[in-house]
Amino acid sequence: MADIVLRVTGVNKRFGGLQALSDVGIEITRGQIYGLIGPNGAGKTTFFNVVTGLYAPDSGQFELDGTSYSPSEVHKVAAAGIARTFQNIRLFPDMTALENVMVGRHVRTKATALGAILRTRATVAEERAIKQRSVELLEYVGISKYADYQARTLAYGDQRRLEIARALATEPKLLALDEPAAGMNATEKLALRALLEAISRDGVTILLIEHDVKLVMGLCDRVTVLDYGKTIAVGTPAEVQRNPAVIEAYLGAAHADVATKASA
Amino acid sequence: MTSIFPQLRNNAAAAWVAMFVVAVLLIALPYLAGTLGNAWVRALAFMLLYIMLALGLNIVVGFAGLLDLGYIAFYAVGAYTYALLASPHLAQNFAWIAQAFPNGLHNSIWFVIPLSAGIAALFGILLGAPVLKLRGDYLAIVTLGFGELIRIFLNNLNSPLNITNGPQGITLIDPVTIGSVNFARTQNFFGLEMSSVYLYYYLFLVLTIISIVICIRLQNSRLGRAWMAIREDEIAAKAMGINVRNVKLLAFSLGATFGGVAGAMFSAFQGFVSPESFILNESIIVLAMVVLGGLGHIPGVILGAALLALFPELLRHTVTPVQMALFGEVIVEAEVLRMMLYGLALVLVMLYRPKGLWPAPEHGINPVVQRHSRLAA
Amino acid sequence: METFIQQVINGLVLGSMYSLIALGYTMVYGILNLINFAHGDVMTFGALTSLTTAVLLQAMFPGVPGWFILLGGLLAAIPVCVTLSLVIERVAYRPLRNAPRLAPLITAIGVSIVLQTIAMLVWGRNFLTYPQLVSNNPIHVFGATVTQTKIAVISLSAIVMIGLMLLVNRTRLGRAMRATSENPRVASLMGVNPNFVIAATFAIGAALAALAGVMFATTYGVAHFYMGFLPGLKAFTAAVLGGIGNVPGAMIGGLLLGLIESLGAGYVGELTGGVFGSNYQDVFAFLILVAVLIFRPQGLLGERVADRS
Repeated sequence: MADIVLRVTGVNKRFGGLQALSDVGIEITRGQIYGLIGPNGAGKTTFFNVVTGLYAPDSGQFELDGTSYSPSEVHKVAAAGIARTFQNIRLFPDMTALENVMVGRHVRTKATALGAILRTRATVAEERAIKQRSVELLEYVGISKYADYQARTLAYGDQRRLEIARALATEPKLLALDEPAAGMNATEKLALRALLEAISRDGVTILLIEHDVKLVMGLCDRVTVLDYGKTIAVGTPAEVQRNPAVIEAYLGAAHADVATKASA
Repeated sequence: MTSIFPQLRNNAAAAWVAMFVVAVLLIALPYLAGTLGNAWVRALAFMLLYIMLALGLNIVVGFAGLLDLGYIAFYAVGAYTYALLASPHLAQNFAWIAQAFPNGLHNSIWFVIPLSAGIAALFGILLGAPVLKLRGDYLAIVTLGFGELIRIFLNNLNSPLNITNGPQGITLIDPVTIGSVNFARTQNFFGLEMSSVYLYYYLFLVLTIISIVICIRLQNSRLGRAWMAIREDEIAAKAMGINVRNVKLLAFSLGATFGGVAGAMFSAFQGFVSPESFILNESIIVLAMVVLGGLGHIPGVILGAALLALFPELLRHTVTPVQMALFGEVIVEAEVLRMMLYGLALVLVMLYRPKGLWPAPEHGINPVVQRHSRLAA
Repeated sequence: METFIQQVINGLVLGSMYSLIALGYTMVYGILNLINFAHGDVMTFGALTSLTTAVLLQAMFPGVPGWFILLGGLLAAIPVCVTLSLVIERVAYRPLRNAPRLAPLITAIGVSIVLQTIAMLVWGRNFLTYPQLVSNNPIHVFGATVTQTKIAVISLSAIVMIGLMLLVNRTRLGRAMRATSENPRVASLMGVNPNFVIAATFAIGAALAALAGVMFATTYGVAHFYMGFLPGLKAFTAAVLGGIGNVPGAMIGGLLLGLIESLGAGYVGELTGGVFGSNYQDVFAFLILVAVLIFRPQGLLGERVADRS
C-alpha cells in the first residue's frame, strides 16, 4: 500500500465571477518529487495557496500523512508539516542568512520568553542546537559562506537556496516550492535540480510548481497538469507529455492533432 | 555589554573596563547632580522611570512593530495597583476592608512589583487580543482609544463605589520599604548619608538594569527572532509556522509589564497618583523617546529617553531665568517648550533621521556598503 | 418625550460639527491613507482666530450686529486654517509620501503637539470666553429649547455639506479628487495633478474645520488651545463609523455619533441605575471607535481607500 503524504480532493475556489479551481485534487506518495504544471492562469498558485493555507477554499478535503487538516491558518499548516517557498522569494531581508534559517527552526522548538529571560540551561542548549542545525542547513544548500550576510545582499540564486534552507529547517513532511527555478539561467537550474534531487534522496517529499517543462520532466516522478482550474492530466512526465489535451493546452489544437496522429 | 557594543566582543579586558567605568559613573551620578540641587536628583530618578517605560514600549513598537499610542495605560494600571494596595484609600471607603485590615493596607514591594507586572500583563492581553489583527494606523488609534478609556474610567470610578477617588487621586501612598529601610527617610549607610531621593534613584537604577538585561535577552532569543521576522514579513513568518497572533500578544503583554512595574515605583516615589499623570501626552512622550533614540535599538532607546527626560529639565532651569533677565517676565513657559520639544522631536526625526539618533548598526554583512565605505576612505 | 427631542436636537448640533471635521479626516485618508492627526488642532486655530478677530472687530466697530462680527471672525479663520493645513501638508507630509505607513502617522502626532504648543504660546493656556454675539434667547420647538446658534449650526452645516457633495460629484475638481482617491497613479496618467488635488483636499478640509471651530466656540462659549483634541478624535471616530474615505459616510457618521453621544449621555444614568452618569459621555465615542475598528473596520458605508499595492 502506497505511503501517501498528501491527499487532497475536491478543491473548489471561486473569486467573484471566476471559478479558479474546479474539483482539483492531488495525491503525493512519500519520497516523490511531484510537479504541478499548466499554462499561465491555470490555477497552480491558487491551488498551492489553498493547500498551504493562504487561501480558504470553497470546498475540499485535505489529508497530510493520514491526518486530515483544515487549511484555515497558515501557521498551523506549517506546524503540521508543509513548508513552502514563495514565487517572489519572501526572505527576511534585514536579517542575516543564518538568522533566516534560525527562524525556520521556530516551529520545532519551544523556548519560552521566561526561559529566555532567565537563561535557563534548557533554553541555552536549545539556542545552541538551533544555531548548529541552521549552520548545517546553510552548508547543505551550499551558501554557508554567506551565513552572516544580510539576506537581501545575497545573489538571486543564493536567495532561493536560502529560502529552501529555511523551509527545510521546519522539518517538513512536504516541501512545497512555488516556481523555484523562476528567473534562473540554465546553469543555475542544473544546480537547483541537483539540490532538489539530493533533498529527495534524503527523504523529503517535494511538491513543486514550475513553468520550465524540461526541468519538470527531468526531475519529477509524477505530474498533475492544470488548465483553466481543472485537472486535465495526471501521470508520469512521459505519459503527460504525450497527452493530446496537455499539448492542446500549451500549444493549441493544431499541434494536438499532429501529436495524436504521430502517436497513432 | 557585547550585545550593545559588538566591537568589544574581541576584547574582554576592554569590555570589563568599560562596564566598570559606566558602573562608577552611574553610582556617582546623583552625587554629582546633587551639587546642583535635589531637584536634579529627582530628575534623574524620573529619567530612570522613563527609561523603563521606553524599554517596554520598545518591545511593542521596536521589536514587534506595533504602534501603541495608549502605552501609558499600563503605567496607570501599575501605579493604581500599588496605590490601592498601599494607602489608606480603600480602607477609608470600604468598611469591610477596614475590618479585614485593621492596621491599614500595606504591602511590601516584593509582593507588589510582581503583582503590578502581572496585572499590567493581563491588561496587555485584554487590550491586545481584540486589536492585533488591525493594520498599523488603525491599531495606533484603537490603542489610543483604550488609553483614553482607562484614564476616563480612573477619573470617574469614584461613584457609586469610590474605587479610584476620581480626579482627586489617591494620596498618602506608602513609600518603598525594604527590610527596615524606609525610603521616605534619610538613611545612613556606613557613615554616608542618603536622602530619600537618592535611595529611590538607586532602587530605580537596579530595576532599570534588570529591565535592560531582560530586553537584551529577549532580543537575542527565539522569541526576539520571531518578532523581527514578523516585522520584516508577516506572511513569510506565518509560513514558517510562527503563530503571529500569539507572538504579537506576547510583545504587548511583556511590554506592558515594564509599564506596570514603573508605574508602581512612580506611585511609591511620588506618594500620590491621579489620572492627570496618565494623559495621552505621556504616551506620546514615551513614543517620542523610542522614536528619537532609535526604534528597536536598546542603547538608542535609553539615549532617547535620557535626552527627552533631562533636556526639558535643563530648559526649565535656563529658559526661565534667561527670560526673566532679558524681559523681566516669562514669555515662553518651560512647560510649553517641553511639549514643543517632544512634538518637534517626532516630526524632525521622521523627516531627517527616521532610524533615530542611534540606530542599530548595520545588521549582518552588507558588501555594497562596505565597498562604498572603502572607496570613500 | 421633550427630553428625547431635546437630546435629538442637541445630538444633531453636535453631530453637524463632528461631520464637518470628519469630512477633513475622511477626504485626506481617502487620498493619502494618512490619519491627519493634526486636523483637530487646525480646528482649534480656527476657533481661536475667530475669537481674536471677533473681539477686535467688536472693539473697532461697536455698533455692528453680532452676525456680521461672527462672519468676520469666520472669514478670518478660514484663510488661517487653510494656510496652516497647506503648510503642514507641504512640510511634514509630502516628504513622507513614500515612507512606510507609520512614519507619516508619527509625524502627524508630532505636528499636532507642535500646533498645540503654538496655540498655547499665542493665546495662552487659559480658557478664553467667546464673545456673546448671537442672542441666546430660547426658542421653543416641539417642546424643546433651541437657540439661534443651534439652528444656525444645523442649517449651515447642512448647506455646506450639500455644497460639498455637489463639488465632489458635479465638478471637475471633484472628479479629480475621486479619481485620485481611487487610484492616484492612473489618475495622474489621465492628467490629474496629484499635488494640486491633495492640496485642494487639505484646503477644503481645513475650511470646514474652521467653520466647525467657530461653531464649537459659539455653541459652548469657550475656546482654548486644547479644544480640538477631543472633537478631533471623535470626528475621526465618526469618519471610521461611516466608512473611512467615504464622503457621505463621514456626514452620516458624524450625525450618528452626535446623536449617540447626546442620547447616551442623557439616558445612561437611567439605563445603568445611576452607576454610570453623563460624565461618561466621552466614553461612547471611544467605545464606538474600538468596536467599529474591531468588528466592522470598513464602517457603515464601506471603505473607499486608494489602492496602494
